[in-house]
Amino acid sequence: MAEATTSPSLFLKALKKSPWVFHVGTSGCNNCDIEIADCLTPRFDVERFGVKLVGSPRHADVMLITGPVSQACRAPLQQAWLEMPRPRAAVMVGACACSMGAYKDAYSVAGPPDKVLREVDPDARCVYVPGCPPKPETIVMGIVKLLGAL
Amino acid sequence: MGEITEWVFFFLIFPGMLFAVFVGLAMSWVDRKVTALVQWRKGPPVSQPLWDVIKLLGKEVIVPAQSWAAGFLALPFVAFSAVAVAGTFVWMAATGFGAPPLGDLIVVLYLLTVPTLAVILGGAASGNPLGAVGASRDMKLLLAYELPFVIALLVAVFQERVVDEATIHAGTLSLSGIVEFQQTAGSIIARPSGFLAFLVAIFCAHAKLGFVPFDLAEAECEIGEGALLEYSGAALGLFKLTQTVLLATMPVLLVTVFWGGMGPGFWGVLAFVGKIVLILVLFVLIKNTNPRVRIDQAMRFFWGPMTIVALLALLLAQLGL
Repeated sequence: MAEATTSPSLFLKALKKSPWVFHVGTSGCNNCDIEIADCLTPRFDVERFGVKLVGSPRHADVMLITGPVSQACRAPLQQAWLEMPRPRAAVMVGACACSMGAYKDAYSVAGPPDKVLREVDPDARCVYVPGCPPKPETIVMGIVKLLGAL
Repeated sequence: MGEITEWVFFFLIFPGMLFAVFVGLAMSWVDRKVTALVQWRKGPPVSQPLWDVIKLLGKEVIVPAQSWAAGFLALPFVAFSAVAVAGTFVWMAATGFGAPPLGDLIVVLYLLTVPTLAVILGGAASGNPLGAVGASRDMKLLLAYELPFVIALLVAVFQERVVDEATIHAGTLSLSGIVEFQQTAGSIIARPSGFLAFLVAIFCAHAKLGFVPFDLAEAECEIGEGALLEYSGAALGLFKLTQTVLLATMPVLLVTVFWGGMGPGFWGVLAFVGKIVLILVLFVLIKNTNPRVRIDQAMRFFWGPMTIVALLALLLAQLGL
């Protein structure tokens, strides 16, 4: 995240005002994904803060990751992360993405997403949103905290 | 020298690039806000589109390893400059500010296809298979809507009308000529032929803007934004600005050709802005109440009913209706 500190303050302000998120499910149980979809509904409406769900990692600033990383998902997750333009950050949504949850020590998983990301990018900035699943309010708060830390 | 600086001012500041960008950003805010209201949400603040663009211009630009790098990076500039020039001509004719060259309707029609061609080439240059799918869909969509769009605009060219027992012909390929004709003979939209042509032009402009139900070239949940998939940072920002300026141009083109352009005085300007916002909100409502169509459905729609209605309007215009 060296770019974020050296960029002019206008860009940093713009980045905080329009974080576009790309959502990656790394073989979780789909419950956190449903809660992420809830954030876009009228009750929470994250578009108020400029958050937009985009279809390509190339357009994204923030990656939302749900679930433990299975062996099969490891390489695609790393590739999607490297495809994101800097400055970039990741939000681990849910207990499994934070600390493996029920999948700890399972034979089919490659590790928690933050560890998998740091294999290819040691400087990856991660924010953790625990819960099984976390409430939409919690996810929104996680993103707000991330933007405050930029 | 004076003429050159004048044209530079027209193209770069008013009513060209700078003005069109800010109008377009305001209009894309209206788009997002009305969309949010339709979905019972609160929606983004007014400054949101501007922040998005500033952010994109400041981000890293990644050139994919398998792409044609020179073309990949040059095409956003081609798209943006073409649409900025088209926007300049349309706004000049609409507001009567400066004198656009003769036959500018043809120039505008050509320039408005350039952004689509740039997106097609950019998608192909990115080397991404989904980009290629998006490019091929964009190409088919361009072929589909261009035909009825041109016929619908020709309806305005072929208008004639009896005023004080003298027949007045529009008979001009100049946008300001069409505006002048409407000042003496009334809006083209008020006639049966003009109204039909306006309806066709609305749908064609909708497809040109790439809005749902004709957003199949982008289709972010299906082929991940299609041709723009591999673009990031400033290059993507320029394509977004291109769409923004296009959004500031298409409703104004429709108002200019069919609805009399801008009238004189304060009320004229207010009515002009009102017409533009009305067309924009119509676009947004069509966008929010229709699901995406398949490419074959889109082509059948434009080459079937739309072309037939446009030809009918042309026939009516020849009969003087």
